[in-house]
Amino acid sequence: MAGQPRRRARLYHLLLLLPLFALWVPFYNRVDPALAGIPFFYWFQMAWIGVTVLVLLIVYLLEHRSGDKL
Amino acid sequence: MSGPLDPVALTVFVVLFGLVTVLGFVAARWRQGDLDQLHEWGLGGRRFGTLISWFLLGGDLYTAYTFVALPALLFGAGAMGFFAVPYSVAIWPLLFVVFPRLWSVSHRHGYVTAADFVRRRFGSRTLALTVAVTGIVATMPYIALQLVGIEVVIAALGLHLAVTVAGFTIQLPLLIAFVILAAYTYTSGLRAPAMIAVVKDVLIYGTVLAVIIFIPVKLGGYGHIFAGVDPTKLILPPLPKGGLGAQSAYATLALGSALALFLYPHSVTGILSSSGREVIKRNAIAMPIYAVALGFISLMGYMALAAGVKSMPAYAAGFKAFGPNFAVPALLLHAFPSWMVGIAFAAIAIGALVPAAIMSIASANLFTRNVYKEYINPGCSDAQESQMAKVVSLIVKAGGLVFIIGFPQTYAIVLQLLGGIWIIQTLPAVMLGLYTRWLHPAALILGWLTGTAAGTWMAATLSFKSATYVLRIAGLAVPCYAAISALALNLLVSVALSALFNLVSRGPRADATVAEDYV
Repeated sequence: MAGQPRRRARLYHLLLLLPLFALWVPFYNRVDPALAGIPFFYWFQMAWIGVTVLVLLIVYLLEHRSGDKL
Repeated sequence: MSGPLDPVALTVFVVLFGLVTVLGFVAARWRQGDLDQLHEWGLGGRRFGTLISWFLLGGDLYTAYTFVALPALLFGAGAMGFFAVPYSVAIWPLLFVVFPRLWSVSHRHGYVTAADFVRRRFGSRTLALTVAVTGIVATMPYIALQLVGIEVVIAALGLHLAVTVAGFTIQLPLLIAFVILAAYTYTSGLRAPAMIAVVKDVLIYGTVLAVIIFIPVKLGGYGHIFAGVDPTKLILPPLPKGGLGAQSAYATLALGSALALFLYPHSVTGILSSSGREVIKRNAIAMPIYAVALGFISLMGYMALAAGVKSMPAYAAGFKAFGPNFAVPALLLHAFPSWMVGIAFAAIAIGALVPAAIMSIASANLFTRNVYKEYINPGCSDAQESQMAKVVSLIVKAGGLVFIIGFPQTYAIVLQLLGGIWIIQTLPAVMLGLYTRWLHPAALILGWLTGTAAGTWMAATLSFKSATYVLRIAGLAVPCYAAISALALNLLVSVALSALFNLVSRGPRADATVAEDYV
């Protein structure tokens, strides 16, 4: 083995598990509170797309900040 | 049959279709490379940057069939059909973490397919063959289903020019579309769908914006739209006694589809064609924009319910021929002026061409690299290899066409359902292989065999009508996507036998890659 791989998993990578919360159906399987007429079931899952983007963006920026060679 | 011919819509449709045809052929000269090299023809020379990759992956993963079938699912089955949204959420962290590793190792060693990687990582061409064959078989019905998307919009345009060849009735416009597709894929390779994907997305996003703004206004707001849905289908049913009911089916469908997605050959082709691992990461961040569009597109199923298109005599023939798949075209015809219908239908049809091209290229790469070069003609030159792939891409597409003409549409749907169960069985070799070579190739082959057999058996007990097999876990009835339960069995066998085989067979195993190749 010639040298160490350059990148390692870090604690903040655990953030990437957050989007998987979208698979926890009992949490959002309800009609209320509705948003602009859209039941909770639908708008919550759509909103979680936004959370996913945010999480990925944060991890991406943290990876670049931590000085790993890219 | 399903409506009178609308000259304005048809003209817009034909003009847009003509435009992408020209683009498809021009693409051969774009970022020009030597198309006698397989990685130039079949991966666009691995030169696509963040923006082009975004369009390419988007066109690749969100297909015309999605645009037609998902709203149809909500239209018919309600909340269950919305699983595509959590699925769309779960895939991006996976892409972000796992697949830059596949890009790196493939870039370093010149791998064109996932089976290429497995071949070198585990030093087993039999294992590579299982990955290649699974990929090809799972992709074929997917290509056939893209044709359904084109078929539906052509019928909705009121275009009926059928010819009968050897006892089969073929819609002439569908045949023309496919000949054009085959021709520019042959000459331009992956550059053609990459360029066309840009046009397709402009049309799709335009259509989606128009849909989410104008149709709700017309129908009296989202509250009114959801009021039109059967209340028992608006959300998933509550947990039944002694089981998890539809909720576990929903979650496992989302998870299983997400795990399967990037194992499909056309996804791998999209990933490997990008110019760097950072491109993949940036795309994992930006791709969810498609998921938002997908959510709204799905809701078109409810808009169609609220608009009441199903009971309108003008669309009766369409619903009779295509079932719920006609919901979206009927809604668009009902709600939009002719020119807008032309744009929307062109978006769907072009949205079918992009993935169909990528899928046929990906299957051709697999066949050429992992069957032809490995087993039939190991000494072939680069030009021969590239030529073989071009020819195979034609055969694969013709196969899809024959499938959709010669067999009932339900066959393609059943096979696509099975395809998801089958392709996920390559996960241990491909995805886990990116992290460890501890798994023994013979154990992986037996695990793959177990998973494939078990998954197929589960689907068979459901008469191939559904993929949700009810498991009995500690007295609890748990409906679970068969791909997930079969994968669990596969993993169990792979790990247990690897432990055993690794004890018996000592000594170093052939692994052409080293740890630094992956980062």
